Amino acid sequence: MDWSKHKIIETNSILMLIGILIVVSIGGIVEIAPLFWLSSTIEKVQGMRPYTPLEQVGRDIYVREGCYLCHSQMIRSLRDEVERYGHYSLAAESMYDHPFQWGSKRTGPDLARVGGKYSDEWHTLHMSNPRAVVPESVMPGYAWLSDRKIDGKDVAANIATLKAVGVPYTEEMVKQAGADLLAQVDPDGDGAEALVKRYPKAQVRQFDGNPEFVSEMDALVAYLQMLGTLVDFTSFDASGPNLR
Amino acid sequence: MAKPEIDQITGVETTDHEWDGIKELNNPLPRWWLWVLYVSIIWSIGYWIVMPAWPLISSHTKGVIGYSQRAVVARSLEQAKQAQSVYMEKIAAADPAAIKADPELLRFALAGGEAAYGDNCAPCHGRGAQGSKGYPNLNDDDWLWGGKLEDIHQTLKVGIRSTHEDTRVNPMPAFGRDEILEPAQISDVAEFVLSISGGESIDEAAMRGKAIFAEQCAACHGEEGKGNMELGAPNLVDRIWLYGGDKTAITQTIRNSRAGVMPKWEGRLSSETLKQLTVYVHSLGGGQ
Repeated sequence: MDWSKHKIIETNSILMLIGILIVVSIGGIVEIAPLFWLSSTIEKVQGMRPYTPLEQVGRDIYVREGCYLCHSQMIRSLRDEVERYGHYSLAAESMYDHPFQWGSKRTGPDLARVGGKYSDEWHTLHMSNPRAVVPESVMPGYAWLSDRKIDGKDVAANIATLKAVGVPYTEEMVKQAGADLLAQVDPDGDGAEALVKRYPKAQVRQFDGNPEFVSEMDALVAYLQMLGTLVDFTSFDASGPNLR
Repeated sequence: MAKPEIDQITGVETTDHEWDGIKELNNPLPRWWLWVLYVSIIWSIGYWIVMPAWPLISSHTKGVIGYSQRAVVARSLEQAKQAQSVYMEKIAAADPAAIKADPELLRFALAGGEAAYGDNCAPCHGRGAQGSKGYPNLNDDDWLWGGKLEDIHQTLKVGIRSTHEDTRVNPMPAFGRDEILEPAQISDVAEFVLSISGGESIDEAAMRGKAIFAEQCAACHGEEGKGNMELGAPNLVDRIWLYGGDKTAITQTIRNSRAGVMPKWEGRLSSETLKQLTVYVHSLGGGQ
């Protein structure tokens, strides 16, 4: 066999690099690129909306603390999962996630539909010391989240960035982000109504039970209580174009 | 190009690659391995035809057998439902009392209730339904909103201080935080509560507290502090405490109030599952 041409590439690192790039690009074009134009990638659903500023901040804390390392947010289309966690996850439910939190490992349970399953107090207690409510739990505690204040200074820039990468926030949402963040933990305040109008189904409560300030616990619990509650499954038809 | 060099010892061609005087032999790939590769390639072509595979302009190839993961799970759920339908149809038509009256149906409902309990209720009420601070024990006969089948069924459906529009709710005032009572008065009421619940109390303070209790607390908790399940007002004399029965805990409760939340389950769980849970919780020991 003639190995001489082979040798040209193997002994020239730049040529080798270009060759690798070409091969990997072909794989990428075939496997990834079509997802951007296929209309069947993301289902058409009712009720999905961008996250409120408080939920978004909570989501950032979720990512920061590495929750995805032990918790998935992906109910697979298998009978046991659907019976335990609820309707299987749809692509539409994570279309505003940057990055998505599907995860690949479940040390703890799946969280895709944890919203509304437990009380705020339970979440706060459980996050501070998981063993206080679930003796057999191996989850670490995150007690400091209750002490860390969120001032909301960066949240408008955060929302604007997400808008830039394609999340359909309006100009108004970006402008009001700081106010909306505070409004979500103040059910008696003036901003609550406007917030719910901008973000339907937004839950406005004192999530961590401490009215003194907005804490990271507030944000994280607000995020968890929203998970899986947005899409209206009564109007979702799994057949026809949504069948895959 | 020149003929490949033959390795003297093994008689095999070399690849002509040389590192520090070491040369690589060019042994052919094992025959079985090559054949597995070729068969895999042929298999994949068949797979493209049979299964959903290639992206097109706006959709993808569907495959000749029309396989769909979502249809598969819908079918397996339907099959499971069919397999249980003998019981599930009866449960759907019966109320919890009728389920309890039918031994065979009860056995099925208890098994289903136990599974649903583990998935949904155990994180708060505990695996053995023993409860913990703030989360009621479901094994005992001390009930906040009633322990009859229909009470338990209702609590499961609407929750307590939940987002359900018919939720069970009873705001206890925060007597200290909202400055309804002075700290000294709160201490007196706490002493009175200790005195009627078998705790150690200071008689003089408890006497003063009795008058305040009659005025502020008796409307819900009753003159004798025995509670009122219609209002979800706890019995204070049974020595069973949700948030602790020492002076500190009682004082905190009076000062800041308590407002535990139980989520609504109607909508999340099916009505059949809720009935199974009802008879399961009722069976734990305290059902009335």
